[in-house]
Amino acid sequence: MATHAVHHHAPPVGFLRKYVFSLDHKVIGKQYYGLALVAVFLGMLLSWLMRLHLGWTNLAIPGLHFLSKTGAAGDVMTPEYYLQLMTMHGTIMVFFVLTTAPFAAFGNYFLPIQVGAEDMPFPHFNMMSFWVTLAGFLVLLSSFFVGDGPSLAGWTQYAPLSAVGAVAGPGQGTGEILWASSIALFCIGQLLGSLNFIPTTLDLRAKGLSLGRLPYTVWAWFITSCMALAAFAVLTPACIFLILDHVAGTSFFVPSNLVINDQLQPHSGGSTLLWQHLFWFFGHPEVYIAIVPGMGIVSHILSTNIRRPLLSYKVIVGSMVSIAFLSYMVYGHHMFVSGMNPISALAFSFPTLIITIPATIIVLMWIGSLYGSKIRINAASLFALGFISVFVTGGVSGFFLAQPSIDIMLHATYFVVGHFHLVMAVAAMFGIFAGTYFWFPKMFGRMMNETLGKLHFWLTFVGAYAIFMPFHYLGLAGNVRRYQAFVDDYTQSLIPLHKFITVAALATGAAQLIFLYNLIHSRFWGKPAPLNPWEATSLEWSTPSSPPPFDNFGSTLPVVYHDAYQYGVHSSTGDYLMQASPEELPAEAKE
Amino acid sequence: MRQHQGKTSDSLIFSSSVADTAVTKAPVESPRLGFDGGRWDNTAPPASLDRRLADWSPPQASSAIWVLIAAIIMTFAAISSALIVRQGASLDWRHLALPRILYANTGVLLFSSFSLLIAGRRFASSRFVDARIWLYVTLAAGLLFVAGQWDAWLQLRSQGVYLATNPNSSFFYVLTVAHALHVIGGICGLTYVIRKANRLALRKNTFAALCRYWHFVDLLWIYLMVLLIVKI
Repeated sequence: MATHAVHHHAPPVGFLRKYVFSLDHKVIGKQYYGLALVAVFLGMLLSWLMRLHLGWTNLAIPGLHFLSKTGAAGDVMTPEYYLQLMTMHGTIMVFFVLTTAPFAAFGNYFLPIQVGAEDMPFPHFNMMSFWVTLAGFLVLLSSFFVGDGPSLAGWTQYAPLSAVGAVAGPGQGTGEILWASSIALFCIGQLLGSLNFIPTTLDLRAKGLSLGRLPYTVWAWFITSCMALAAFAVLTPACIFLILDHVAGTSFFVPSNLVINDQLQPHSGGSTLLWQHLFWFFGHPEVYIAIVPGMGIVSHILSTNIRRPLLSYKVIVGSMVSIAFLSYMVYGHHMFVSGMNPISALAFSFPTLIITIPATIIVLMWIGSLYGSKIRINAASLFALGFISVFVTGGVSGFFLAQPSIDIMLHATYFVVGHFHLVMAVAAMFGIFAGTYFWFPKMFGRMMNETLGKLHFWLTFVGAYAIFMPFHYLGLAGNVRRYQAFVDDYTQSLIPLHKFITVAALATGAAQLIFLYNLIHSRFWGKPAPLNPWEATSLEWSTPSSPPPFDNFGSTLPVVYHDAYQYGVHSSTGDYLMQASPEELPAEAKE
Repeated sequence: MRQHQGKTSDSLIFSSSVADTAVTKAPVESPRLGFDGGRWDNTAPPASLDRRLADWSPPQASSAIWVLIAAIIMTFAAISSALIVRQGASLDWRHLALPRILYANTGVLLFSSFSLLIAGRRFASSRFVDARIWLYVTLAAGLLFVAGQWDAWLQLRSQGVYLATNPNSSFFYVLTVAHALHVIGGICGLTYVIRKANRLALRKNTFAALCRYWHFVDLLWIYLMVLLIVKI
């Protein structure tokens, strides 16, 4: 039985409306994915340059002077240019990859389909969301070519360095204003996205699709939207304050009597900690904005591949909600060394340890579900398993950092870099890869090459550990982060390890070319995909074609009869029952 | 017919009995519930409308406006907390003599909410001409408020109080300009509603969403006035 399709907008006509300024959530999702793909390779290239410099400080990197004549004269990067590349690497990766791909790209493409809707409720806002985000990306990139390059203040942009202007170093004038403008634009773009995601989930669900029947991914995108709503709404005014300190001479973040390069700064009374409060109120939820969609994707893919529901749907969803709620109460753990009152530190340490409980529960649910299962091994399920591995490994070091007394020693070292790269960056990337291998057949109507996918997984999995596990040892040995080179002191003995990491980073990065090749080759020459290649149950596999038509379900909208994960049952289709199938659930499955 | 989970039936035009079994493709055009029909509550559409269509505007617009309000609350909460932190960070905080026109502006904005309420009542009692007049009155009040804020900024400027003069003036300008931008957003929404009303194509929930936003921006200004009086 089916309900009418009520067309939200007419079929797109003309090249521009179809492929450029499209109102179709699927095209917008692909546009976001394309943006993230460009951004991730750019961010990776920057990390290569940084790693080469860390391993071989005076190495001339051919062609580097094309990027910056002053920052890399003679193709050897200056210390300041190293910091500029580091800032851009962090900013591009956190905002334009880890937020854009799992949340905006996959969410845009699959949220409406998984709830059985024809599109988002406000397609024009949705289109604006992408174009404003793209504008933010281009503004950020433009800082490479304007004045003395991009900002060097790190992706956290701590004041007063970020707020005093060109006197603070290369890129701190125009580059800094461009950074803040770019992020303000990005925030507006993501707010417009949330404006669509939340009503889509609440109001556009197909008949029969109660909240308890939503796939994990829909819950994850919905929860992420709620987090994004609050987080980006706070970062936006912070960026505006930063811009005003630069262009209007205000003193939000710059204190009195600040002397930089022998120049007394014309500001008074500002609070450097104010920036940290505003930034981290956004910054910590941002970590979960990056990872919660990955948790949803992994849960979705695991359930499909172990051919049975995960241990407890309600517990997993409840844990994701708890993580989102608690993520706003822990941000002070980024500020343990800011001179905060020890009681405040304790107040932030406690919820930080508490938030590990729902995260641990989700992991236990995954592992418990895997126990005794006959998992189907494919590229998507391998990356889902890899996600669990790196999330646990990176998460364990979080227990140490959550305690102020230990964090004070480890705070500005590579230990922290290793921690967040594994738990947030690599884990989120694994979620993106898993999602790509899983949904590619639906997005493009063709299968990706599984052999290449598995090769890509193993090289990336081993490579990620080879890069980021040594970071923990470096940190424990006292290797301070953000240094561009190691002078003749105790860090000398650590340089061989840095060289090893650099080689591992180059190799792991090169392995991503396999993925890129697989992606492009499969897009045009891949094996045609059946409608439901993974024998999955959720609504995206009920569309009449792959990729789905502009209105997703053609002339009819689906009606949902079952939970999202009816695997391990006996039905006419095999061991699963699709959500939109009117077939009665076998009696034993109901019990 | 499209079924919306968890929503009251007023978001739908018709009962679902026909739609559940029908599979034919619905027309692209969505229904227009004009005031000419004598009803505007989405429950009794003109007979000429296709009975299988749902009104797409209602629930999403309603949810979205709450989402928008939540985001705006977070933004102003962030600025307010920044104000408190900044005030405590240094001894350079001075109190500002607020331009008196701000009190008049407050009255104008309160009146605009009142006039919008009257417009809603006129719609409900099917007095559509009156309702539109009150919409125009609301629009005029909104524009007058923005003009009044502009005058307040000019007054401060003439006294030599600029954005960067001192921290409290910085926050004064940031708060009032940010709020004025939100009022301008409301004016754009109101213009859209008036245009729809003139074409007899206004939906109840579109109007309800605008009202919710407008009253929220009004309440936000009351909060900001208290903040300005106490802190600035």
